[in-house]
Order: sequence, then structure tokens, then C-alpha cells
Amino acid sequence: MTTAGIDLGAKFVKVLFLKDDEVLARTQERAGFEPVEAAKRAFAAALSESGLTENDLDAIFATGAGRQVSPFTKDSVTEVGAAARGTIHLYPSVRTVIDVGGEEGRAVKCGETGKVEDFAVNEQCAAGARSFTESIARALEVPLEEFGKLSLKSEKSIPMNAQCAVFAESEVVSPVHAKTPKEDISRAVHDAIASRIISMVRRVGINNEVALVGGVAYNPGFVDALERGMETKVIVPEHPEYVGALGAALTARERSK
Amino acid sequence: MKANYGYMDGSGEYYITIDTDHCNDCTDHPRVGACPVGMFEIIVDDYDDEVAAIKEENRKKVKYDCAPCKPVTGRPPLPCVEACPADAISHSW
Repeated sequence: MTTAGIDLGAKFVKVLFLKDDEVLARTQERAGFEPVEAAKRAFAAALSESGLTENDLDAIFATGAGRQVSPFTKDSVTEVGAAARGTIHLYPSVRTVIDVGGEEGRAVKCGETGKVEDFAVNEQCAAGARSFTESIARALEVPLEEFGKLSLKSEKSIPMNAQCAVFAESEVVSPVHAKTPKEDISRAVHDAIASRIISMVRRVGINNEVALVGGVAYNPGFVDALERGMETKVIVPEHPEYVGALGAALTARERSK
Repeated sequence: MKANYGYMDGSGEYYITIDTDHCNDCTDHPRVGACPVGMFEIIVDDYDDEVAAIKEENRKKVKYDCAPCKPVTGRPPLPCVEACPADAISHSW
């Protein structure tokens, strides 16, 4: 059976094609102001990459913040359900899934089948998401890709009190003027984000093993801050941003049987 | 499943927790109509169960939407908590 998962996230649309347990295609497009058009482009690219036609797909499921407007799809699964299902498929022993995306973070406690047992979502504040790191990296004039690596060079923790991405950007101005090294500021920012995520994870409980999915998992500074804060190792999949789409494709397969 | 809807910000954590395992035992879901703001709804979750949830448009402002039921002094029992026969709902603040 060949299925597809379309994850219409806040920042990017991800498409994944799955045949049995083999991934045939992974594509993504920036969602921008036209997420439906972005989904169509990502879907077309996945068809091209896999050499399939739409008729070859037995079922297509959507997930993500924009799942209700997703084109092509027959049905949808929540972001929480998709993250859990995709992660358990990759790492059956994981019991806590942390999903940090463009504009929100989620913590999911799940069972051995990937069924969600408890979950918490931070739906409002951009702190704890990619938007936060983007704004601070911009303020420090550091490319986002370098921002996480920079924090690994720091050995000093400085506190950051702001809970809001907007105020945090203002708070960063003071250490910049005080000639605080950028690596220390970077570490402070990642520690602040991680502390908010950890606070949310504690609502559902930290049950080993723990996996981090979503695009922010590419940020080594955030992973390091999360591991130090939770005092546990965090598993990061090879393609963390596609785990939601994988979960949607797996759910499509299960519901089509 | 304990579903935590809400958010945290600099002023605190504002979550409404719904133990959806109890929703299956309930046929008329009385809490849905008990909220003066109407922030509850019944949805079909990922496992095809009918469960209570907080509406999408209310999740980012539960602190403010719940404020009328939470006066500073002489706080009465919360109507949503009172209406749920299974004690499946709680507030974090």
C-alpha cells in the first residue's frame, strides 16, 4: 500500500510518500501566505521525486495547523497524533515526544502503539519555537544555521527573564551593549526556550525515552539546552521535520486497511 | 488521555485539562453548554472517540475567557467543572 502524508505547518509544508515501510519521497515548501499553493507545489515535487502519479496513492492524510484546508487529502489527523505515531514508528521505545515547530511546541506522552495518552500544547507564545530563535538570531546578526552551534561554544549561563519573543529581543540589547559574547547570549536564548518547553513537558511527565521532532530539532543549541534541562538524552530522528507527515502517512495506511 | 489546552506566558500557566477517557461514558456531555463563553465543543478525536475539547479560537485566551467565572474574591465553583459528572475537567490556575 502506498500512502501520503501532508503536514501543513505554520512555516513549511512537508509531503512524504510511504510504500510499506519505505519512504519514496520527502519534499517541502515554505508555506508563506498561500499554504494551499505551497502544498500543491510540494505534492507535485513528491510525485516527480517518486515517479508516481496521484492515482498510485491509496490514501492521503493531512496534519498540521492547516490540515483543514489541505488539498488532495481524504482525511486528517491532529499534529499531536501524527507526531506520536511517526515517532513510535521510528523509535518504538520512546514514550515522550517533544514537537517544536515554527510557532508552537507540543509535548506528548504516548503508549507503545503510538496512541496518545496525555498531551500539552503551548498555543500562544512564540517562545519555545523557531520564531523565537529567528528573531534573536536576526538581532545578533547571526545566520540562523549558525545560531545553535554558537551556543555550544559557551560555558557560561546568563539568565534571560523575558517570556515573550518580542520582549526577549529587547532584553538581548543589554548584553549586546555590555559586550557579552554572542555565544553566551545564544546559550541564554536556548536555555530560555528549553525551560519553557521543559515546563510544558513536565505537565505530561518525562518518561524515557524522549524524542525531539519538528524543524527546531536541527538546532544543536536547543537540543543541548533541552538535554541539560531535563537531565536526559534526547533522540533526534534523521529527518525530524518530516515526522508529522510520516505519522499522517502511517495513519492513512492504518485507516485504509 | 489528558488533553491540556491553553498556554503559558510570563504571568503563569493557563491550562484546562480534560480527561477524555471519561467522555466515552457520557452521552449528553453537559459541560459543553455549561460554559458561559461557550468554549467547549465535542470533537471526534484521532481514535474515533467523541470527546470534549476547547474550541480552537479560545485556546489562546483561556485566561481571559475564564475570567468572568474566576472573580478575585468569593470565587464560586466553576460551571464547567460542576457540570461534568465524571470530574474530568480541571484548571491549572
